[in-house]
Amino acid sequence: MPDLPLADVLAAILALSLAAYVLFGGADFGGGVWDLLASGPRKARQREVIAHAIAPIWEANHVWLILAIVLAFTCFPEVFARLGTVLHIPLSLMLIGIVLRGSAFIFRSYDTEELKAQRRWGRVFAIASLATPVLLGVCIGAVASGRLVPPADGDFVTGFVEPWLTPFALAIGLMTLTIFAFLAAVFLTLETHDPELADDFRRRGLIAGVAVFVAAFAALALAPHGAPLVQRALVSSTWAMPFHLVTGAVAVAVLAALWFRKYRLDRRRDASSLYRGRVGAGTVSLYPSPGSHGNGSGRARPHAAPRPHCAGGGRCDPAPVAAVSFPGVQELPGRPGRAWRVRR
Amino acid sequence: MSDLLAARSQMAVSLGFHIIFAVIGIGMPVLMVVAERRWQKTGDPIYLELAKRWAKGTAILFAVGAVSGTVLSFELGLLWPTFMRFAGPIIGMPFSLEGFAFFTEAIFLGVYLYGWDRISRRAHLLAGIMVAVSGVASGIFVVTANAWMNSPTGFDLVGGRAVNVDPIAGMLNPMMFQQTLHMTLAAYAATGIGVAGIHAVLLLIDRENAFHRRALAVAMMVGAPAAALQPLSGHHSGQVVARYQPAKLAAMEAHFRTGPRAPIELGGWPDMDAREVRYAIPIPGGLSILAFSDPDAVVEGLDRFPRADWPNVPIVHFAFQLMVALGTYMAIVALWAGWLAWRRQDHASHRGFLRALSVAAPMGFIAIEAGWTVTEVGRQPWTIYGVLRTADAVTPMPGLIVPFLCFTVLYCFLGLIVVWLLYHQIARSPRPTEWSRRYTPAGASSA
Repeated sequence: MPDLPLADVLAAILALSLAAYVLFGGADFGGGVWDLLASGPRKARQREVIAHAIAPIWEANHVWLILAIVLAFTCFPEVFARLGTVLHIPLSLMLIGIVLRGSAFIFRSYDTEELKAQRRWGRVFAIASLATPVLLGVCIGAVASGRLVPPADGDFVTGFVEPWLTPFALAIGLMTLTIFAFLAAVFLTLETHDPELADDFRRRGLIAGVAVFVAAFAALALAPHGAPLVQRALVSSTWAMPFHLVTGAVAVAVLAALWFRKYRLDRRRDASSLYRGRVGAGTVSLYPSPGSHGNGSGRARPHAAPRPHCAGGGRCDPAPVAAVSFPGVQELPGRPGRAWRVRR
Repeated sequence: MSDLLAARSQMAVSLGFHIIFAVIGIGMPVLMVVAERRWQKTGDPIYLELAKRWAKGTAILFAVGAVSGTVLSFELGLLWPTFMRFAGPIIGMPFSLEGFAFFTEAIFLGVYLYGWDRISRRAHLLAGIMVAVSGVASGIFVVTANAWMNSPTGFDLVGGRAVNVDPIAGMLNPMMFQQTLHMTLAAYAATGIGVAGIHAVLLLIDRENAFHRRALAVAMMVGAPAAALQPLSGHHSGQVVARYQPAKLAAMEAHFRTGPRAPIELGGWPDMDAREVRYAIPIPGGLSILAFSDPDAVVEGLDRFPRADWPNVPIVHFAFQLMVALGTYMAIVALWAGWLAWRRQDHASHRGFLRALSVAAPMGFIAIEAGWTVTEVGRQPWTIYGVLRTADAVTPMPGLIVPFLCFTVLYCFLGLIVVWLLYHQIARSPRPTEWSRRYTPAGASSA
């Protein structure tokens, strides 16, 4: 094994756990989006399938986010401190979203007596499911922009708002939301035996899939200005081309499988493709970028030199590892697989 | 309100909220496992009903605990970035282990909730035991990190940074054992006595209700031993604090003047200008005995420390007295229960005991909040005792009162709903149709 810097390995694990959060937790958020957008003659039944698929116990998916946070502050304390400071506002809003979403869902599940109360919780749950992924994406986008300088004394807006309220970050926020919605729709096709309902989710999956492409291209178009590091990694690194080809091929295959109603196949591919995109962004995020370097002598960052070229696309892209080492993971901890589907 | 105070208040509200769910998440699985075991031994369906309800309670609280715990892990960085920059590499270890314990708990809770008809009885009970064990483990890991803040070890301080970090030595810090023991016992005592107290209230209204009788018995089996042992653990805690955090001990006891034969001041209010405690009942030599097991031992008073290094004495002193008073009351009720059991008397028909127990129901939780006030406010002005001041650890972000108010409103609202839900889901006795066909309580001719 060529000498693999410790920081890269740790960053890869961190990116993996973030990817796992997006994969398992993301579908839960996406479920909320489809709950909000439930429509047509099978509206109520769509909501039932969604509620059935996300049992409250799966708040445990937050463990991935907690793992990422713990890794971040253990291994990259300097980075963690900077993120907590500059991204205070979007992270706090995201937390409020996480709390409201999680608890509204539990309350809806257990507060079964009154239909009106049910609907009220349902709305809170759905709106929080919509807002939280956008905020998560905004944070990731802000990190990828490489502009999170420590706030200088004085201006509140320049220090705590401008770094994350950028078109690029918003585009990443939108992309996160569409990815979550897409994932959830694909997972949901398998959560029902009713072909009509599966078809509802298939249609939603296709729409969301197209939306993912739109958002991704918007982000790419904004990247040269908004996130030059990411742009460079995605365009000119040695791994850029194969990375794009594989991602593109898998993405097309997913949409095709969805089109031809090959749902099982879909779910597999889906897991390996989209996470590649996310993991890419996640890896970038770990590297302190030039210009945001600060007083970086953090001890747990043994190789503190920024290496953005490895980040966005290539060398340490852990997505294949994710696909190899977690082949059946969606049957295990995050998502209640079919093996122990709830019978209520 | 200054930004520092807002940040501290937000942290206090978040922890104060989370700790209730964490504590029940530690205690309730034990109740559920004991009830299931009794069901397996006796075949009495009421125990099965209890196990299922407590499992449901665990699930509701676990989920709220999971989200509020996620919030806390972020807040460490959002509010105290300087602290995390310094301490992250050292306390990362217990936090990662906590993550694993939490994960294990989630998996086995899933198995437990959805596995009633799918796995063997033994495997199901084992899953319940795993939930209980990992619940305790995650509590121990988090409290270990807090104990490190009280008695930091496992690093060398060079030029304001931690070098030569040894996370294991950081975990095995001097406060670790007593703090985790005290917290674990507190979790069992508060949950056990709390649940028993609720059923005691319901038994006072409906004295022959077999459901509440069994619930009371199981809850007391868990809560009473812990409540009875807690004063011993507390005494040990006092001795460790006397050794490693003398300023905290002095604030707890409102002990202003260093000297031998230090008294314990029962009650009273510390007068900060006169540096004495007013309206208290002193027990001469009491503090010297408690802290060092010797009536003539010299106990350091607040006068040994610069004024700027004092915690808020009235708050710490009051919270400490409150915790001790409530803990003592709970211990007495627990011993009373033990006495009744030894005399083979029926707890559930003893109205005096039931009244005493119903009063005790919320006490464990109040005592826990008070105890955390003692340990957290008592550590001030330090975040890491003797190493990093709270004022230096706080984020430069202005306007912190806004997130503080938002989270406070959010948590108050959630707290109310959880209480309402729990009552409807768990404590309320089952409707007759739910179990009367299986079991009719003795003496209930028409239910």
